[in-house]
Amino acid sequence: MAATEQTVEQVRAVTEQKYKYGFTTEIESDLAPKGLNEDIVRFISAKKGEPEWLLEWRLQAYRHWLTMEEPTWAMVDFPKIDYQDSHYYAAPKAAKDKPKSLDEVDPELLATYEKLGIPLKEQAILAGVEGAGEMPAVAVDAVFDSVSVATTFKKKLEEKGIIFCSISEAIREHPELVRKYMGSVVPYSDNYYATLNSAVFTDGSFVYIPKGVRCPMELSTYFRINASNTGQFERTLIIADEGSYVSYLEGCTAPMRDENQLHAAVVELVAMDDATIKYSTVQNWYPGDENGKGGIYNFVTKRGACRGKNSKISWTQVETGSAITWKYPSCILQGDNSVGEFYSVAITNNYQQADTGTKMIHIGKNTRSTIVAKGISAGKAQSTYRGLVRILPKAEGARNYTQCDSLLIGDKCGAHTVPYIESRNRTARVEHEATTAKISEDQLFYCRARGLSEEDAVGLIVNGFCREVLKELPMEFAVEAQKLVAISLEGSVG
Amino acid sequence: MAAIATLKDLYETLSPGLPGAGAAGLDRLRADGYARFLADGIPTPKVEGWKYTNLRDLAGVSLAPAQPAANTDIDLPSVAPGETHRLVFVDGRFNAALSAVGTLPQGVTLDSLRGLIEASPAYAAEVLDRFPAPKSDTGLRVGPNPGRGQALGLVGLNGAFLAEGAVLTVGEGVKLAQPVEFVFIATATDGAWHPRLLIDVAAGGEVTVAEHHVARGGGATFANIVSGVRVGEGAILRHAKFQEEAETALHLASVTATVAASATYETFVLTTGGRLARTDVQVRLEGSGAQTRVSGTYGVDGSRHADFTSLIDHVAANCTSREVVKGVIDGRGRAVFQGKIIVRPDAQKTDGHQLNRALLLSDTAEIDAKPELEIYADDVKCSHGATAGELDEEALFYLRARGIPADTARALLIAAFLDEVAEEIGDERLRGHAMARIQERIGRLTGITVDTDATVLGE
Repeated sequence: MAATEQTVEQVRAVTEQKYKYGFTTEIESDLAPKGLNEDIVRFISAKKGEPEWLLEWRLQAYRHWLTMEEPTWAMVDFPKIDYQDSHYYAAPKAAKDKPKSLDEVDPELLATYEKLGIPLKEQAILAGVEGAGEMPAVAVDAVFDSVSVATTFKKKLEEKGIIFCSISEAIREHPELVRKYMGSVVPYSDNYYATLNSAVFTDGSFVYIPKGVRCPMELSTYFRINASNTGQFERTLIIADEGSYVSYLEGCTAPMRDENQLHAAVVELVAMDDATIKYSTVQNWYPGDENGKGGIYNFVTKRGACRGKNSKISWTQVETGSAITWKYPSCILQGDNSVGEFYSVAITNNYQQADTGTKMIHIGKNTRSTIVAKGISAGKAQSTYRGLVRILPKAEGARNYTQCDSLLIGDKCGAHTVPYIESRNRTARVEHEATTAKISEDQLFYCRARGLSEEDAVGLIVNGFCREVLKELPMEFAVEAQKLVAISLEGSVG
Repeated sequence: MAAIATLKDLYETLSPGLPGAGAAGLDRLRADGYARFLADGIPTPKVEGWKYTNLRDLAGVSLAPAQPAANTDIDLPSVAPGETHRLVFVDGRFNAALSAVGTLPQGVTLDSLRGLIEASPAYAAEVLDRFPAPKSDTGLRVGPNPGRGQALGLVGLNGAFLAEGAVLTVGEGVKLAQPVEFVFIATATDGAWHPRLLIDVAAGGEVTVAEHHVARGGGATFANIVSGVRVGEGAILRHAKFQEEAETALHLASVTATVAASATYETFVLTTGGRLARTDVQVRLEGSGAQTRVSGTYGVDGSRHADFTSLIDHVAANCTSREVVKGVIDGRGRAVFQGKIIVRPDAQKTDGHQLNRALLLSDTAEIDAKPELEIYADDVKCSHGATAGELDEEALFYLRARGIPADTARALLIAAFLDEVAEEIGDERLRGHAMARIQERIGRLTGITVDTDATVLGE
């Protein structure tokens, strides 16, 4: 069939496109020796000048990690990782004496972020939305390899009592908050990768929104892996106190390297009574080349606890990067009437493998969850939606709606759906729907007959396919995400 | 595990006395089965396919061969009383006196496996070798796949004790008018049986098969059934299973069917559960244009557990599969639905649909569902839907507003819900029996007898 052949051809064309963010920055790094042992854990803790309790927590995690086995249930296949063959700490040298203001940040670093399209200047208007003078600004925490290099708009946020800083800084400045909440959603013993992260995490972001405060701007963390032979283990903790609101964005890229680099992050969200956290991710780690060489192993544990009544946590993710994705942003719906949402687009091409989905644990009364997952597979990629909806006996009136759709492009890829539904409450209603198909010839024909080029037609159809998810993204990210979808797919489907 | 040691002892003691022992073919089959059992053991919840059905209860049951009660006056269930070809097994043993094979058309054979082995072990082994066996590994899945090769211990066990069962063969182009029935009756207070049921329908053949598993005083019995099914080119097999054993019974069944080009395999399973009751159906659509309809219903109450697990494997292109499983759960009952559709790389133009719905009637009922799609071809249409919840309040209100008492309204809605499954059955006799059994079950669950065929609303 002509269209199919063309599709394959176009997938190849896209494949050969260079990964836009694949450059490396020549910057001197402060590296921990390769390998993982208790000394390395102590080394990291010492580098960060951490209190004793945190070192103990890390060591506890490390010792527990030694007793664990790597999970094998996901539909991903990769050579066994040698955990001793990696640096667990890499920091730009210049950051050793933490810059006091943005002006002191290494210009090389600023240039890197500039190139990535992440303004580390405190400009109120985002590039690309000029003219929209009233657009709120975005505060950015930039994490380069193992450390946070800059956080913007801190002062402005402080005026409202909002804390937005690197987690290392939070450990120093707000130990009581960190100690109270860190590990309370994802305990150090949670799973293999989260436990590893608990032992060796280096940096990440910390957010605290006080009672009744609506965060006036989008908060954002931009993760960049630069150094070779390093893993990135960041940890993010967001606490939204009673009646508060925050929208948080996360982006990530890495240079093109032949080796596989490990990224094992932990994100914990806590929402108290009437609080809302909106967490959006555009994941664009280096996916490896067209032969499946190189790329990031993205093994991430993200979980939110809706602790309070009427609280809400909403995850939106656009996953286009990484050689392997193993990621299940989840919600524990503990507070009565709390709401969990998961909107996901996962695009895999070439030899990428993604096993991603969510868990919605309904504990409280009248808790509601919505899951919309769109998987698109092209080339020789494998994409899996894996999800759990669990209704506990006390979750009277709980409600879940799940929709998973997969789109296959070419006959060498796979798309899989593995939902688990466990209901132990009579009054709960759970609905799950899943479909798998390819772009219909009819739709293509219809668009073509109206004068659209094959490529534009496919772009239109795929955008329609993803629309439900993309519309959940904050404006600042929607632009980037749509472009990403376009790059990954416009050519590949037609 | 204590059960494994007991089973090893039993194998050592019993195998020399099994029919055909010493004949090369049968010795090999039993040794293979035993080896499989030793290698895989009894699946634990860590094995993905057994996540929701925990066999620790096996430790508490007698694994020795069941001893039938002396009772000879047994009423037999039937989808068409007096008009079927029937083989009866009491506590797993073939019972010639209760069986009634009748006159079979040319080209059809219906034998008890024990009879076949006793007549000619070599021939029996040859027949047994012809049938497909379940696979624990599809050879497709990406990644290390935990549980690979660990799930067939029970199938192995069935092979180790191979002796009882039935073999039905339908010759090329033969259409059997009367249904064939396999009736399994539990009368013993405890004990185990491991029957093998084999159905081979040659090209162009057509047959309807009903399988009954009922208790007539039976207690904590353990049935471990393995079935092999072959549907030849253009052939049609309609296969229904009615599992209605005691609340204390364990019933584990594995069915593997291969379906050739343009052939149809329809299978329906009704289960009332048991201490543990599981039917695991694997259907491989191997020839272009093959189709399968898999449907099932369960009604569990008390502490009953019912597990319906299926794997529909689209091997060839242009095949169609449709699966509908619906059930109700009351008391502390628990139901499990696991349904997977696989579309292999060459199985283009596949049409695969699956629907699973559960009604929870009590605050202590539980449903665990896992509808899976594993797809490696692009030109396909596959979907699944799953729901869990209680009866629709609005529908209840509607009925009550028209003067129907609450209990009756509930029973009516449950009947309407389950009737949809019965409608999936193509054969009238199987459908009629299924509807009668569903009504009986609803009566037991709600205390109300609903005749959905009659005008219930009184007008």
